[in-house]
Amino acid sequence: MSLLIKGGRVVDPMSGTDEILDIFIRGEKILKIGKGITFSAKKIIDATDSIVIPGLIDMHTHLRDPGREDEETIRSGTLAAARGGFTTICCMPNTSPVIDDISLVRYILRKAEKEGVVEVLPIASISKNEDGETLSEMGKLRREGAVSFSDDGKWVRNAHLMRRALEYVKMLNLPLISHCENEDLSKNGVINEGIFSTILGLPGIPKEAEEVAVFRDICLTRLANSSLHIAHISTVSSLNLVREARKRGIKVSCEVTPHHFTLSEELVRSFDTNTKINPPLRGKDDVKALREGLKDGSIEVIATDHAPHTPEEKELDYALAPFGIIGLETALGLVIKELVKPEILTLSQGIAKLTVNPARILNLDRGRIREEGLANLAIFNLNEEWEVKKEDFLSLSKNSPFVGWSLPGKVKWTIFKGKVAYRS
Amino acid sequence: MSFERKDLLGIEDLRSEEIYFILDTAKSLRQILDRPIKKVPTLRGKTVANLFFEPSTRTRISFELAAKRLNADVVSFSYSTSSISKGESLLDTVKNIMAMRVDCFVLRHPVPGTPHFLAKNLPVSVINAGDGSHEHPTQALIDLYTIREKKGKLEGLEVVIIGDIAHSRVARSDIWALNKLGAKVRVCGPPTLIPPQIEKIGVKVFYSVEEAIKGVDVVMMLRVQEERQNRCFFPSLHEYREFFSLNEARLNLAKPEAIIMHPGPVNRGVELPAVLADGKKSVILDQVTNGIAVRMAVLYLLLGRKK
Amino acid sequence: MELMNEEQMKKVILKLSQDILKEKKDIQNLCVVGIQRRGTVLGERISKIIGKIKGKNLPIGSIDITFYRDDLSRIAYQPVIRGTDIPFPVDDVQIILVDDVLYTGRTVRAAIDSLLDLGRPQKVELAVLIDRGHRELPIQPQYVGRKIATSQDEIIEVKVKEIDGKEKVLLSKRSKNEF
Repeated sequence: MSLLIKGGRVVDPMSGTDEILDIFIRGEKILKIGKGITFSAKKIIDATDSIVIPGLIDMHTHLRDPGREDEETIRSGTLAAARGGFTTICCMPNTSPVIDDISLVRYILRKAEKEGVVEVLPIASISKNEDGETLSEMGKLRREGAVSFSDDGKWVRNAHLMRRALEYVKMLNLPLISHCENEDLSKNGVINEGIFSTILGLPGIPKEAEEVAVFRDICLTRLANSSLHIAHISTVSSLNLVREARKRGIKVSCEVTPHHFTLSEELVRSFDTNTKINPPLRGKDDVKALREGLKDGSIEVIATDHAPHTPEEKELDYALAPFGIIGLETALGLVIKELVKPEILTLSQGIAKLTVNPARILNLDRGRIREEGLANLAIFNLNEEWEVKKEDFLSLSKNSPFVGWSLPGKVKWTIFKGKVAYRS
Repeated sequence: MSFERKDLLGIEDLRSEEIYFILDTAKSLRQILDRPIKKVPTLRGKTVANLFFEPSTRTRISFELAAKRLNADVVSFSYSTSSISKGESLLDTVKNIMAMRVDCFVLRHPVPGTPHFLAKNLPVSVINAGDGSHEHPTQALIDLYTIREKKGKLEGLEVVIIGDIAHSRVARSDIWALNKLGAKVRVCGPPTLIPPQIEKIGVKVFYSVEEAIKGVDVVMMLRVQEERQNRCFFPSLHEYREFFSLNEARLNLAKPEAIIMHPGPVNRGVELPAVLADGKKSVILDQVTNGIAVRMAVLYLLLGRKK
Repeated sequence: MELMNEEQMKKVILKLSQDILKEKKDIQNLCVVGIQRRGTVLGERISKIIGKIKGKNLPIGSIDITFYRDDLSRIAYQPVIRGTDIPFPVDDVQIILVDDVLYTGRTVRAAIDSLLDLGRPQKVELAVLIDRGHRELPIQPQYVGRKIATSQDEIIEVKVKEIDGKEKVLLSKRSKNEF
């Protein structure tokens, strides 16, 4: 099947390309990139006035499959991803059962192959069943297709286990991904601890719950001489710890979610459970610091932490409702609105946080537009605004605080391995 | 050349001439083991006491036989039978045994440095049969002897040690010994079982067997203990076997005439499959036989001379 | 002082070989074992001489007595071990044990014990180049090259080409440090 994308502004952060080019695709791969391509193609997409970028990569998604297919399935999750311009999503292992065995890695890969519209790469757990006590068979899991390891949802509390896991993973040339939260400090908390937890009388999650965990994991990474990626970083001090560590040559990277660089804790006054997230929404100074971190490169990756929950679950009182919001379909729009338009990042830099950088951290040959490369692309309109409507979500779940927002950067097409995965 | 030391506590302090002297002496003693009368009267009247505070059948028997082949008398004490369990201190126990006019102690103990402590406090010879994860000098000498027997020399050989290096006294003694005699040493295992900064004592570190075994002359496999799994050093014996055991495919990356060694006991089916443990390239049983000759040499050099 | 020069040594070794042949009409069963090191050299020569006469060299082996010595705990040094190498079975053969100098007899005693641990020879006889007397054990040679009277404070040394680069027998005074 051949496909020609004509006249789009091709922005490829890896090569630094930013010009109007045609892209000719045959089968799964890009055959030619250039001006005025005249090859005949079965399908032609007119990308005039649109931007063509590499298909986005989300390093942190929760697909609730297996176990909670009412919240999300592999199919619905990939449909949502495609709508958001993503062609590769990495799913976290805290499903039911936990992805700690090669049979489950195989399950995800096969199901994605059969029913998914974009690529799903499994992240396997660090400890068996995320029990925090015994190592999972990381060698075999990697060989089967896991791209990294995390006990996301939980912090590996046992320092000895985390140390050995960091050491062991060196032989696989991968980083560990850590959800940094000392549960002794965050237990029972539902929002950021501070003026609002005081006013609202809700138990708080102190920033230090994240920071002590970040510090410990950075120390262990240095001890093990290994690599660490910190998930959903949310505070000034966490970011400073990362900066300091990188200055000293410790191999640590981190990611931030669109909601953490967009929203701050005042929103919880509404008691809307779509503001209940872990890590919680923090203060305005944290939001500012995270944006600076994106600008100066301390934060290399933007990842959604897409966490679907059914209405029944979210329509509970604030204490009982589960943490988490969806994010695949609003990520690009928020990057454009909150980072690119205010000129905190250039378009290329913004896109890099969702393409080249996660690919590099996970050693994946993705996130770039090149001849002979996979034809994974997203085509969007930079200025076309669209309203976030509940009924438009392709995810099975609708728990998003951005409903009603007007976002730029409407995705028109998402191409995965040369096939159309989404069309608006 | 003569062996001047009172004790054999480790390889780290030995000079290469001393090591060669022991190996050459062992060569002459080796012949005795093939004779119908496997004895010489050399250490007649001497008494060797084996003190084993860790379970070990093979090393203990090897030392016993070595002493007996030299016509010495042997007494063996193992942890459960000694009065250590009654709270008597090690030094007290040993002094009591010394009062029975013993000429030499062969000590195996779980805590590093214990043989050194005894050697300092006793006038008789002390042989270290393994102190915790620190050293096992006679095993290293046996390994060198066997390599020299099969390869004719040690200098310039490429040797790889695969397994739980972090907890292995055999690995440490072998690394000292091989380096002193000019061989080149590689170690390989999961990163959790490679001790920190080990490159500093003269080895190249690998996490992949395929990389480590390329072109080696000698493959030394170490036993891995299941207890380590419970302490998170590796996830399961099954995964350990997949990534770090020796198999035909990996062995083919070594030199065609490479030999397979193992200090024993072998975890058949874990680090080494039966077909390779028993195969043509395996010299594991030679190590056992040579073990007697090497231990005879050590006993002879320490006891068969003027006090 | 030189007791024998190369010519004289050659004559005496020839005489030793002839004496052996005089006694041993049938050399079918006869073997030579030299006591390391110089006994081995002499044994090889004797074997070759007999070989020239009889048309067939006698089987020759060497024996190292270090592990059978009775004085290990008294000597200040550790003897160099040369190794035992007897390439024929020791059972039921007649062995001529060869050494350069017979003195106290202890070396020969150790050699006999060592030989008997290897098998059961039919007969063991002793051939020495020099007998210097002062026996401390009841050991007698069956074949002697030359008997030389010495005192306890003297040493006799046999030098051979293969080891020392020259052929002579020397007599000297013992220095204080030697045993």
